[in-house]
This record gives sequence, structure tokens and C-alpha cells, in this order.
Amino acid sequence: MLNPQLSAQGKLKHLITLDGLPKSVLTEILDIAAPFTEVAEREVKKLPLLRGKSVFNVFFENSTRTRTTFEIAAKRLSADVINLNVATSSTNKGETLLDTVDNLCAMGADMFVMRHASSGAPYLLAQHLRATGRDHISVVNAGDGRHAHPTQGLLDMYTIRHFKQDFTKLTVAIVGDVLHSRVARSEIAALTTLGVPEVRVIGPKTLLPTDVERMGVRVFHDMKEGLRGVDVVMMLRLQNERMNGALLPSSQEYFKFFGLTPEKLELAAPDAIVLHPGPMNRGVEIDSAVADGSHAVILPQVTFGIAVRMAVMSMLAAGN
Amino acid sequence: MNIQIANGRVIDPANQIDAQLDVFIAEGKIVAVGAAPAGFSPDRLIDAKGLIVAPGLVDLSARLREPGFEYRATLESEMQAAMAGGITSLACPPDTDPALDEPGLVEMLCFRAKNLNCAHVYPVGALTAKLEGKRITEMAELVEAGCVAFSQVNTPVVDTQVLLRAMQYAATFGFRVWLQPIDPHLAKGGVAHDGEAASRLGLTGIPVEAETVALETYLSLAKLTGVKLHITRISSAAALEAIERARAGGLDVTCDIAAHHLHLCDMDIGYFDPQCYVIPPLRSQRDRSALRTALAAGKINAVCSDHTPVDDDGKQMPFAEAEPGMTGLELLLPLVLKWAQEDKVDLAQALARVTASAAGIMGITKGGHLGVGARADVCIFDANAEKVLTREDLKSQGKNTPFLGLPLPGIVKHTLVEGRVMFGA
Repeated sequence: MLNPQLSAQGKLKHLITLDGLPKSVLTEILDIAAPFTEVAEREVKKLPLLRGKSVFNVFFENSTRTRTTFEIAAKRLSADVINLNVATSSTNKGETLLDTVDNLCAMGADMFVMRHASSGAPYLLAQHLRATGRDHISVVNAGDGRHAHPTQGLLDMYTIRHFKQDFTKLTVAIVGDVLHSRVARSEIAALTTLGVPEVRVIGPKTLLPTDVERMGVRVFHDMKEGLRGVDVVMMLRLQNERMNGALLPSSQEYFKFFGLTPEKLELAAPDAIVLHPGPMNRGVEIDSAVADGSHAVILPQVTFGIAVRMAVMSMLAAGN
Repeated sequence: MNIQIANGRVIDPANQIDAQLDVFIAEGKIVAVGAAPAGFSPDRLIDAKGLIVAPGLVDLSARLREPGFEYRATLESEMQAAMAGGITSLACPPDTDPALDEPGLVEMLCFRAKNLNCAHVYPVGALTAKLEGKRITEMAELVEAGCVAFSQVNTPVVDTQVLLRAMQYAATFGFRVWLQPIDPHLAKGGVAHDGEAASRLGLTGIPVEAETVALETYLSLAKLTGVKLHITRISSAAALEAIERARAGGLDVTCDIAAHHLHLCDMDIGYFDPQCYVIPPLRSQRDRSALRTALAAGKINAVCSDHTPVDDDGKQMPFAEAEPGMTGLELLLPLVLKWAQEDKVDLAQALARVTASAAGIMGITKGGHLGVGARADVCIFDANAEKVLTREDLKSQGKNTPFLGLPLPGIVKHTLVEGRVMFGA
């Protein structure tokens, strides 16, 4: 099967996952995002690249931050943005995903930004659009199950490049619940594609996927060992429902062994940066002293996220 | 009607026949293979030159979707599919709605099937009421109604005490118990083999141990109770090893696999192809090759279609929300032939796994072979011809298979049931 997110010419048609995207495409997105960071500083924060286009934010799973940043990005490109919180509407009445989508197509959608609780849902959507001759409509994955969160992965890459320039000289550690994390999967795909020589994952065995080393990472269960000398620390959010069950005994024990504290961060390179996709659980996966400290680049991540999403949307609009 | 099937290569694994011979049929039974019986005069001559003449296939698992799921498929549509696939006997698993746990339901299914006068349908009764794993069924009554075995399909009994009692009770009467090894806890929420592919795609994995942990329990209890145990749909090399160990310890146990496990592995899920969502899941390449080797060596006794027709709506869903299963009646023969060709397995040996051996597991004596006196259930096919599988070709109401668009060997020319030509001109 061909990678459905690339056109026959290798252009981006949809953005569904970073896994399998060539380095040239990833770099192109980051390059295009760079000038968009300045738009926020202008008096008129608008570009006309998506004028007349309708972007549908279709969120089958609740989200505030991601949906808002997509909305801002689309509006800065002059698109008409329609937000649908499907989590609380038609699917609860028994409508299937594709029926919902067909209805939105009939309302004149040009681009779907979709979040869904099931891994692979955006592929289904992209395949359906192709099968029904609506190939000009693009799909942007805003997070699907545990599978991928490509724009988060890209904004993380943008942040790393902004602070560290050269990917090929870095050691990067991803810490926490990799098993349930779509963010981690997108980060691993991007980091390995962009040539980071050592990507580490750190976590207890209950929170790491089977055969994770096959994704090209080194596995550490001892956080101190795993953080030694790293240039970038990428923290993952730990969902509350993972706590107090068969995966973890308690948040206290997790914090003690896998929470990022100033003491543990000492082991990383002196100029290490700390990323977090948000929203943070202070005192669970990250100490406030680190979250608010000089190594953290968590707020720049949010700002860059808008530029990266603008880049993706403008490329898709140009490609289709 | 007297029929003579002439000039074909007759392969009858049960009777160790593989030779160019004529088959003679009268009154729905095989009356001779080789020389014509005295005074035989055919009303119809079927020229099988260049074709294989084999016993009609015996399928250990075909969901006919009745009762309860008639919108997905009906006996009528699936019987046509069976005929097109050369399958003349099939076991029907009890995961219908309601489950086949009462004699009346089984009698109704047998009655409906008999009226269609097509493939012979052998219901498999539910081992426990509603397949809930709490109360054992009226097995003796169910056998009188027509059940050939008892199964939980893929809803394992959670309480091992109940499982033990069910096996003891079945052993009392010498009934067959068919169990699919699934540990309900280890398999919980899983939709794909727990390995690299599932990890990358973010799909919840089903570890091989979900199969082996349950299997070891079943084997221990079979040893204890002496029940006739058949293990259905194994998917992993580790399960094979466990079965071999039990056999070495003196346990008489048989096992089968689904035909698609001979050809597909977890990588075939690709970009979340819901057609590759099956239970048990498609395992690793290593597992697949172990299954292929074990089947050739006879360590796996039978191959079945595990036919599960699912409509398009049931598959056009995100992977984990789709319904599992593949359509299979029309793919059983092609997939077995493809395996035999690729692994250079003798055709007679390959066909034994879908005829004589499967009939033995089901406990039927009048089908699955071409011995004199047997039912004249015959499948005549071209083993070398290939065709590309299309949606339109499939008679089954279920078009759900990842093999669409692929060339597959084996074209059925005629299917005979009790001497009646039910498929092919």
C-alpha cells in the first residue's frame, strides 16, 4: 500500500503520521514554519493563504489546547474555521464516523483537522475521501488514539532545532508513559528520521510498548542512567487513570523514580532543554522547579506550535 | 442419477489414492473408483481431464450468521459460497444470537439447512449457556439435536472450575470439546499481535501468552478429565510447542488453524487495514512460518476457513472499532493450494487437512473421503489455474478479505453433494 499521505509526486496531501515521512518533507515543514513565527508579532496577525477555505476542526475526543492552536493557526491564514465538538454530539446518537464526515463534506469542508480516540481513524477518513472522489480535501491528524500526533511531534522538532540547531549531534531522552502516548511515537519517528544519533526512552516496563527498541531507541528503566549527558529531555504526560492500577502503584512512587526533578536534571548536559507537550501534572511527572526553571522551553513550544500548524495547513492547501 | 467422473486425477487422502481414475456415483453415493461396477450406465458423464477430483471439503468453522445476524449473511447466501468453494460439509460455531445452547435452536438450524439441500451443516453447540461460561449446557440433548462438538468460540470460560466441570461432563458421554485458547485477561482490549507492528500503530496488543497460558490450562484439564479435546485456531509457534509437549506426554489432542494464518502476518495490517483484524490476531512472520511447517508435518491436523462474513459498515471503522473476521468459504481451497505450491507440499497431503483429517475431528464418517459407500460429496477443481479474486466473484454476502485483487490458485469447476451437481455446469 502506498503511503496515503503523500501524492504521487511526493507532496504532502494529508498529515497523518510522521512515521515514514521523508526527512526532506519534515525539514520543509520546519523551514516553512520559521517565517510564520513572526506573524504573531505583527500588528495585523493575518496572511491570506487560506482565504476562502473552510477548515473543520472535528474533535471526537475532548481537547482545548490543541483545538485552540489549530483554530488560531487557521485563522491567521484567513481560513473560515468551524469547530465541532463531536464528542458530545452526533456520534452519541449512533452516527458513524464516515456519516459525520460525509455531512461535513456536504457543508463544503476543504480541510479536516481531526482528533479521534481510535488509532488509525484519520487513515480511514483519508481513504474514504479518496474512494468517494473527494481527494482535494485534506486531513490533518490532531491525535489518534495511541498512534500519532504529528503536529505535536513537528513543533517539538521545531523547538529542538530552534535551541539546538543540529539534530545530528544530539542525545535525546523521552521520559514516561510511552505505551499510551501518541506524542512519543511521533517524536521517535521524527527524531530518528532527522538523524538524531541517540534517542532514549525512559520508563517502567509497564509503560513501554513491546519491541519499542525496534523503533530505533535505547531503552532505560533507570532514569538517572538514562538522563546522563542528554541534550534534550522530552517529558510525557501521565494520565491520571494510569495511576493506582496494574500499571503503576501510586503517583508518589512514580514521581520518586520517574519524575523530573532538579537533582535528576543535573545529570543531563548543562545546557539541556526540557520539553513537555502539556498539560503538565506538576508533582507527578515534573517538579515545578523544573517546569518553571531555566531549562524548560515549554511555553516556546506552544508558540511554535501555531507556526508549525500554519506551515502544515498552508502546504496542504497549496498541494491540493 | 448415475454419474461417471472420467479422466480426472482422483486424490482421496483417506484411502491413499492419488491416480488417474474414474469415479462412479449412484443414488447419491460413491459406488466405485477405478473400474465401473457391473452394469453401470452413466446418465451423466463429467469429463475431469486435467482436473483434480477430491472429496468435498470439510470446514471446521463457518459462521452462517443464523440465527441472529441475518443482515450480514443468510444460510442461502453462505451455502452458495460453500458450493462455490467446493465445501460440502461444514461445522457451524455457536456464536449466533441467541447462541446455540438449546436443542430447539439447533434443530431449527439443521432443519433450515436441510431444506436448502446444499452443504451438510454440523452445528457446534455452546459449551456453556449463552457462552457466558457459568452454566453448562444440556450437551446430551444438544447432541441428539445434531451437535457434533461443544465450543466457547472466542469467549473463553473465565472460571476454570466451570471449564473443568464442562470437560468432565462432556467426557462422560465421550463428546468432543473444541476450545480456542484465549486468556481473557491477557487478551483484554487487544486487537493485534503484541509486537512491533502494533506498537508502531498504537494498537493494543494481544501477546502470544494470551494463547499459551490458556492452552496450558486446557491441556492440563484435558489430561485430568480425559475429554476429547480439539484446539481451534492456534496462531503462534509457542502454542504449537505446547501442543507437541502435551502429545509427547501422551495426550491425544488435535488442533487446527485458519487458512489466512498461512499467508498473513501482523505487518499486513499496513495502514490499519481492518480486513486484517481477526481473532486470533495475525502473528509475526516467524509464527506464520512455524504454522506452515507444522501443517506440512501433520502437527496441525486441519485448516479451516473460519468464515466470518462482515458487511462493509462493520469494516469501515477505525481498526479497533471494526468487527473482526474474514470471509473464507471461497478462499479455503485457494489458500491451501497456494501454501502447498509455495512450500512444495504434496497435493494429497495438503488436501487431507481439509478433507479426511477435518472429518475425523468432526467425527463424521460418510464425508471427507471417496470410499465406496461414502456420500458422493465431490469437489472437482483445476489446481493450476489462477484467478484474481474480485468482490463480484464472491457469492458470500461477506466481501471482507484482504485477498481481494490478488491472484489465487485453484478454480472449482464442479461441486457435488450426494451425487447432485450443486455448482458448475
